[in-house]
This record gives sequence, C-alpha cells and structure tokens, in this order.
Amino acid sequence: MDSDVRVHAAVDPDVDLHIPDQRRELVRTHGAVLLVIALGGGAGALARYGMSQVLPTVPGRFPWGTFTVNVLGCFLIGVLMVLISDVWSTHRLLRPFLGVGVLGGFTTFSTYAVEVRELLRPESVATALGYLVATPVCALLAVLAGVGLTRWVTGVPRAATEDVVIPAEVETVGAAGAEPR
Amino acid sequence: MTVLWVFLGAMAGAPLRYLTDRTVQSRHDSVFPWGTLTVNVAGCLILGALAGAGRALPGSAFAVLGTGFCGALTTYSTFSYETLRLVEERAYFYAGANVLVSVVAGIGATLLGYTVVGALAG
Repeated sequence: MDSDVRVHAAVDPDVDLHIPDQRRELVRTHGAVLLVIALGGGAGALARYGMSQVLPTVPGRFPWGTFTVNVLGCFLIGVLMVLISDVWSTHRLLRPFLGVGVLGGFTTFSTYAVEVRELLRPESVATALGYLVATPVCALLAVLAGVGLTRWVTGVPRAATEDVVIPAEVETVGAAGAEPR
Repeated sequence: MTVLWVFLGAMAGAPLRYLTDRTVQSRHDSVFPWGTLTVNVAGCLILGALAGAGRALPGSAFAVLGTGFCGALTTYSTFSYETLRLVEERAYFYAGANVLVSVVAGIGATLLGYTVVGALAG
C-alpha cells in the first residue's frame, strides 16, 4: 500500500464540501460505513451490557465482567484482523462492522478506568492495582494469542502480516477515500 | 428499556470514535495511535464526570450516556491491536508509551471528571 504518499492527505481530498453535489457524494460513500459502524457498535454494546448483567461489578471486588469483555474482545480483534488482512477477500463493510463497530462497541476503556478509580480505596487498593495491571497485560496477551492462533490455523506466515501497514496508517489510507473501512 | 438506551448511546459513540480517529490520524504522520488515545481519554473524562454526578443522574441517562455512548466511544480492542502492531513494527518505545500514556491519561481523566463534577454536585 502506498501509505507514505497518502499519509499527509486530508480527509477526502477529492471532495469539496462547498459543492452540494459533492457533499451528497460524501454521504453516499461514507453513509454506509457510518451506518454499519453504528449498528455494530450498538450490538457490541448490548453484548457488553448483557455480560454486565451476568457478571455484575460488585463494589470493592475485582470487576470480572468488564475484564472478561475486554480480554475476549481483544482476542477476537486479533482473530479478525488476520482473517481480514491475509485470509479473506472481504466485503468493504465487514471490517467497519465487526472491527470498528461490534468489537469497538463491545470493549470499553472508560468503564475500566472508572472501575479502577472506584477500587482506589484503602480497603481495596490491592484489587485496584491488580485490575489496573491485569487488564492491559491480559488484553495484549489475548490479541497476541488471537493473531498467533489464527496465523497458525490458517497457515499464514507471520511475515505476510508484517508487511501490512499499522492501523494508524490504515486509517489514513482509508481516509484518503480509496477504500473507506 | 435500558437495552434501548444502551443501544442508542452506542449508535452515537461508535461512529464518533471512527470519525475522531480518522480526523486525528489524518493530521499527523507519526506511527503513534493518537486517534484511539484521544477517544479513550475523552470517554474516560465523560464517564468519570457521569460517575461523579452519582444519584443526581437518572439511571436512563447513565445507560444512554455512560454504558452506551462512553462505552462505545472508548475501545480496548483497537488499543491492544495497535499496541501489538507497534511491537511487530519493532517500535517498542511507542508500544510501551501507548500502554503507559493510555492507562495514566485515562485514569487521570476519570479522576478529573469525577472530582470536578462530584464537587459541583456537592
């Protein structure tokens, strides 16, 4: 991918927002992406809410519900990204729907941070520190496991995905308008 | 009814995360994932503020703004995946900095929102 060329490009440089016809074109091409992200995000958030009903956060205790959601979501994004980058030739809306929408809506950083703050009391400070450290450590191990396991199962060599630009640039490539994710 | 509030809040939060990420990422050429950091810290600030409001905030408002909107605005999956990609690109400093800055800034923003709104709500 020629990300080096596109990385400086503004969002949709080919679209002039002052021209009504081109504004409509922007809505038409990006409307579908935003819609599937909204629907996926809603579905992911409902799954997270469901988990919080099954494993509710008890004050002073380790928040197992949120922890499970975040670690599971990280494992699944690892699986998904290998499948989408290396295995499937997918519909252009699949990655926005599943990756940005469902898994982005399922996992949460804000609830993690708020739960750490709530645990920062003298009687539960050890749990707070344990949760503070365990979540990022297990999340990173989970995404590593998801990527590694999927590469192993599908027989994709690690080098194949190493050539893929990192997500920061993928976002910008998408932003250039060629292939909105 | 709570289910509907969560869904509606997330329908706003997830696209806003996508648009914010794209806007932020198109404004720099660093490999550092500033876009995800931005939405995560912003979501932590808002959710901290909502938690600070405590019982002054109705349950339905917390469902739509907190569980739905902030939950979907912020993400752990993209944060982890981007960190792994930085490791695979051998950008170890950026990978470590991403974890450290996200966690410290996220919890700092939560504390800020909670403390300020908690003081205002009395």
